[in-house]
Amino acid sequence: MTTRQKHTLSVLVENSPGVLARVSSLFSRRAYNIDSLAVGPTENPDYSRMTIVIDVEGHALEQVVQQLDKLVNVISITELDPIVSVQRELLLVKVATTATTRSQVLETVQLFRAKVVDVAQDAVTIEATGNAEKIQALLSVLEPYGIKELVQSGLVAISRGLKTGSNQ
Amino acid sequence: MSNQQITGASALVKALELSGVDVMFGIPGGAILPAYDPIFDSPIRHILVRHEQGAGHAATGYAQATGKVGVCIATSGPGATNLVTPLADAQMDSVPIVAITGQVSSGAIGTDAFQEADIRGITMPVTKHSFLVTDPADIAGAVAQAFHIASTGRPGAVLVDIAKDALQKMTDFNYPKDIKLAGYHPVMVPDEGAVRDAARLIAESKSPVLYVGGGVIRSEAHKELMKLAELTGAPVVTTLMARGGFPDSHPQHLGMPGMHGTVAAVTALQKSDLLITLGARFDDRVTGKLSTFAPSAKVIHADIDPAEIGKNRRADVALVGDLKITIDALIPAVKHEFKKSQPDLTEWWTLVNSYRSKFPLGYDHPADGSLSPQYVIERLGKIAGPDAIYVAGVGQHQMWASQFVNYENPRTWLNSGGLGTMGYAVPAAMGAKVGAPDKTVWAIDGDGCFQMTNQELVTCALNNIPIKVAIINNESLGMVRQWQTLFYNERYSNTELHSKRIPDFTKLADAMGCVGLRCDSKDDVDKTIAQAMEINDQPVVVDFSVFRDAMVWPMVAAGASNDDIVVARSMAPIWDSQEL
Repeated sequence: MTTRQKHTLSVLVENSPGVLARVSSLFSRRAYNIDSLAVGPTENPDYSRMTIVIDVEGHALEQVVQQLDKLVNVISITELDPIVSVQRELLLVKVATTATTRSQVLETVQLFRAKVVDVAQDAVTIEATGNAEKIQALLSVLEPYGIKELVQSGLVAISRGLKTGSNQ
Repeated sequence: MSNQQITGASALVKALELSGVDVMFGIPGGAILPAYDPIFDSPIRHILVRHEQGAGHAATGYAQATGKVGVCIATSGPGATNLVTPLADAQMDSVPIVAITGQVSSGAIGTDAFQEADIRGITMPVTKHSFLVTDPADIAGAVAQAFHIASTGRPGAVLVDIAKDALQKMTDFNYPKDIKLAGYHPVMVPDEGAVRDAARLIAESKSPVLYVGGGVIRSEAHKELMKLAELTGAPVVTTLMARGGFPDSHPQHLGMPGMHGTVAAVTALQKSDLLITLGARFDDRVTGKLSTFAPSAKVIHADIDPAEIGKNRRADVALVGDLKITIDALIPAVKHEFKKSQPDLTEWWTLVNSYRSKFPLGYDHPADGSLSPQYVIERLGKIAGPDAIYVAGVGQHQMWASQFVNYENPRTWLNSGGLGTMGYAVPAAMGAKVGAPDKTVWAIDGDGCFQMTNQELVTCALNNIPIKVAIINNESLGMVRQWQTLFYNERYSNTELHSKRIPDFTKLADAMGCVGLRCDSKDDVDKTIAQAMEINDQPVVVDFSVFRDAMVWPMVAAGASNDDIVVARSMAPIWDSQEL
């Protein structure tokens, strides 16, 4: 029996109304847990791509894929292995600063190759992209300063090399 | 005709005609009203029902009896929501139906307008697919796609919701010749390697069982199944949805498996080393607690829906494809393997037959002299014969109708298996009779079920649809009462219907333009059924007043000792009342 782990599914869907509702309704109805879901346009205006991260064991993953594939608006589903794909999340985080801590926070931002996008008297807002581990690491370093607000996107991912999700 | 513009409503009706529709069941209302004008002139027969739920189940009964797509039509809001139950019902049992609903005008969508309901959203989880059409130019295409999706692959329910203004506006008419859907490609032909693997497992098996589900009916694979059964010599069990897919009279047939299955069928599955699963889905009513089901069996799983493979039970060999094509491919592969070695099933049959002879289906006549419901159903099956169509509601009478009528032909047994929809029988029988007017159609209904949807008898009486209804009247919600007897210390909370007192079913039948008959003694059963069989110009309702404490019991064989019953029980998978 395989153990539970996170899987990233890249799902090509028709760009038509109600598709997101169908996918989320399927996950809810069959009690699958979504970690994150990101939807956006693709190189083809007829299609959208959903990147779905789910936390299931191997056998259940197969069910998720088969059930998703039954949706008429779903064109194709690819599981993206983290090793052969690039996976990114976007983080916007507002960190409390004082005159003494600001420089330390800015140093952290540099170390993580993040960006400061807004500075106020008592806070800086930081933008960072990366995989889940990097985002988590950044957050744990920033935590002691006081995280005032945090906004995070779902994960998006693309396979490495010439192979594409829409031509398989 | 291509440059002549027509209304969206005319486009809808023309598209339905081109999709092969000859009958539809429905009720008009505000939002769908534009469509009813061209329906008035169309060769399509429109049957005006008394409740939209009746329209939905009638479409399902029609589809189950004929194999064609059933069609129902309703207006927006409550008209549409009344179709939710039949849509879910048809989807669960893989019955091809298309529902057309009117929607409020596109500009009013989302404003909580009068009779607005988001029926596409509401039905998403209970349909195979659903459309919302707001542009008249899209109507014909959506209808064509709906029929394609409903009838191909694993059949199912499809909804087409059309905004009123789209029905009113003018459009060019374009009915697509080919339907291409980027995300819909049902696999028809199973993988050759998997077919060989399956054949090899069959050739190695010492105790195989052909576990046959409703897929055999949907894919018209009964002839192929017969060939495969006789080639392998394996015992056959047919699930509730597959009854009639393999003749009950065939010596290899052990009957229905599952909670109320025969002891022989249940035991054969439990003791088997190989389940040759054909269009069945390891439903909990067949398996009981999954971990205890057929513990030593390998599994060949043939299904057109890849999501069924491994959903409940892991498959050793998956055959994804149309069942008829799959069995056709399997036969030569098995023959090829049998040339090398064919297993001897003598020992297996000795065991299976011992259970069959020790625990035949049976029932006792009530000691108080009242009428046995099983006897009524058994006689009905004998007198109406294997060419009639039997349509059951849900509950005890449904199980008895599956057990005590002998089915010889596909599409002669219609019921609500997956969703278990009480009230299915009368409207579904109406749909079946419309689809097969030359056949005798008997609804075998309970007094509880009958009171949910009997209004469609008015539709039957007015539209010359002479169905026959046998009410198995035990004046209670019998199956629920049975569970209260078994699991709730005979505390009969809210299961007494008093339907031997109120309503008077014969008077009700009479008031609805049907012939009402009553029977409450064993001696009158044959006579009453014969009388009902002679009436063909009107629907007939027979109120069979039966023993109320009769139980659905797979193992009440007269003469079987308690020890034997305990033995038989210990063979079955676990039926945990907590889980069921």
